[in-house]
Amino acid sequence: MKHQKNKSLFKVEKSSDFAVMLPYTPSGGGAWNVSDMLRYSFKPQMGWLLFGLLGIWLFADTAIAQVQGDAEQTILQTLIKWTPLMFFGAPNEFGGFILNIAVSFIAMAMGTFMGLWLGIGQVSTNHWIKRISWAVTQLFRNSPWLVLLFYFMLLLPFTVKIGGVQYDIPGWLKATFALSLPIMANVSEILRGAIASIPTGQWESAESLAYSRTQTLWLIILPQCVKRMIPPWMNWYCILTMSTPLISILGVSDGMTLTQDALAAEGRSEFLIPMYLWLMSWFFIYSYPIAQWTQRLERRFAVNN
Amino acid sequence: MNTTNWTPDQPIVSLRDVHKSFGKLEVLMGVSLDVMKGEVICIIGPSGSGKSTLIRCINALNDIQAGSITVEGQEVHAPDLDKLELRKKVGMVFQQYNLFPHKTALENVMMAPIKVLKQNRTEVEVFARELMKKVRLEDKEDSYPGELSGGQQQRVAIARSLAMRPNIMLFDEVTAALDPETVKEVLVTIKELAADGMTCILVTHEMGFAREVADHIYFTDRGVIVEHGPPDTFFDRASDPRTREFLSQIL
Repeated sequence: MKHQKNKSLFKVEKSSDFAVMLPYTPSGGGAWNVSDMLRYSFKPQMGWLLFGLLGIWLFADTAIAQVQGDAEQTILQTLIKWTPLMFFGAPNEFGGFILNIAVSFIAMAMGTFMGLWLGIGQVSTNHWIKRISWAVTQLFRNSPWLVLLFYFMLLLPFTVKIGGVQYDIPGWLKATFALSLPIMANVSEILRGAIASIPTGQWESAESLAYSRTQTLWLIILPQCVKRMIPPWMNWYCILTMSTPLISILGVSDGMTLTQDALAAEGRSEFLIPMYLWLMSWFFIYSYPIAQWTQRLERRFAVNN
Repeated sequence: MNTTNWTPDQPIVSLRDVHKSFGKLEVLMGVSLDVMKGEVICIIGPSGSGKSTLIRCINALNDIQAGSITVEGQEVHAPDLDKLELRKKVGMVFQQYNLFPHKTALENVMMAPIKVLKQNRTEVEVFARELMKKVRLEDKEDSYPGELSGGQQQRVAIARSLAMRPNIMLFDEVTAALDPETVKEVLVTIKELAADGMTCILVTHEMGFAREVADHIYFTDRGVIVEHGPPDTFFDRASDPRTREFLSQIL
């Protein structure tokens, strides 16, 4: 019987309750990333369990309020009332949860663009370009994001004059720039790592075929780096997205700020937990599929390599 | 550079008292050899004897500390060396094939002439298909290196080198990483190349092959050439005890 054969005690199975029964997979000494952490410490069921509990709680709360004939608003009614503001911001300004997403997009785009050049700088043959790129990378990789945010909020001007016309620089844009800097540094490191992971034989064979160093880098090495870079790059996107509420500390009307405003307007402490949980769930619903997708890509690229 | 002074009756590759060290480790200690146009020479010897380093110095992948290496009369280790010119003349094939994994076999062959030599794409393609046929892989043109066996990859690597129309080919233990059953197809390709009159310098452990195709065998040990000679003399009447010991272990 085929089934029994596969269940043999001595066969190494892909899924097993016993860690020692699993095939050995070297971790490669790489740093842990978000998708690893999700994979090992946060089962997807836990997320759905959380939502389930939230739903039951809100439903029970509404039911109890109706039974008691409470005149005050239930938690669910309050959440629904404030959701447009928390999600889309105030009617006449750019804000709310969609601002968090916009900030994550723009900061990621800017950070990636700058980071790629910085990463290429790190493998330059020019001693000074190499050293400076390395130093900039290390500086922003090892600085707290919040400190960077404060620093650039105060450092960058509130207005710029271009051709005699004064333009206001909105706070969220300055915050976006500040958040793009650690992304830049980390993308730079991802690229440097990817370049270093390409076997030296690729450089040598290109060299013996008379390619210049620049040609080798752009035609042979970098195209091979793209695949290796996508999963860690997506991890950093998740980290960035979940860090965007930091900008609320600087007075930007993001989802976090508006949630705080809504809570202040209600003035009822029992709304504290559900309101923040409500906001958190949006971030989760947004980030979780990306993290899942990242894992899938990691697995696929691992097989293809 | 005295490239113009070279005539085909002079050695096409000439090494004179070459010294090479990696830090304190001396790898080559005064190596001299000459290769005439159209000759096939095999360099054999125990691991770590400097064979690979020796041929890597010929196309300037490694630099040298003292001595002289000339290719068609041009000094390879001159500070004003035009590396592009040198590498157009000298092709090299490696133990690990080193094909570009993101390109198909045919693209691997076509890339260097198009990008480096700026040749016309359609002409390059015709020549590349000819080369793929020559290495008997005309049906694998659109395969990616990952889809090919080691022997097939190595033959693509040979075609890729030939696409630059080199005058000299260097082979650095090209069969060492292959499965026994695919070794032969690569050796046959090299043999055909040699029969066409290509100047070949091989580092190899394939003694039978060396004996069959080589015009001259060099035996290196600990950074020096211990003994050299035509294959029959070398294999049957080796005079140096180190050579005899090595051959007795191998054969």
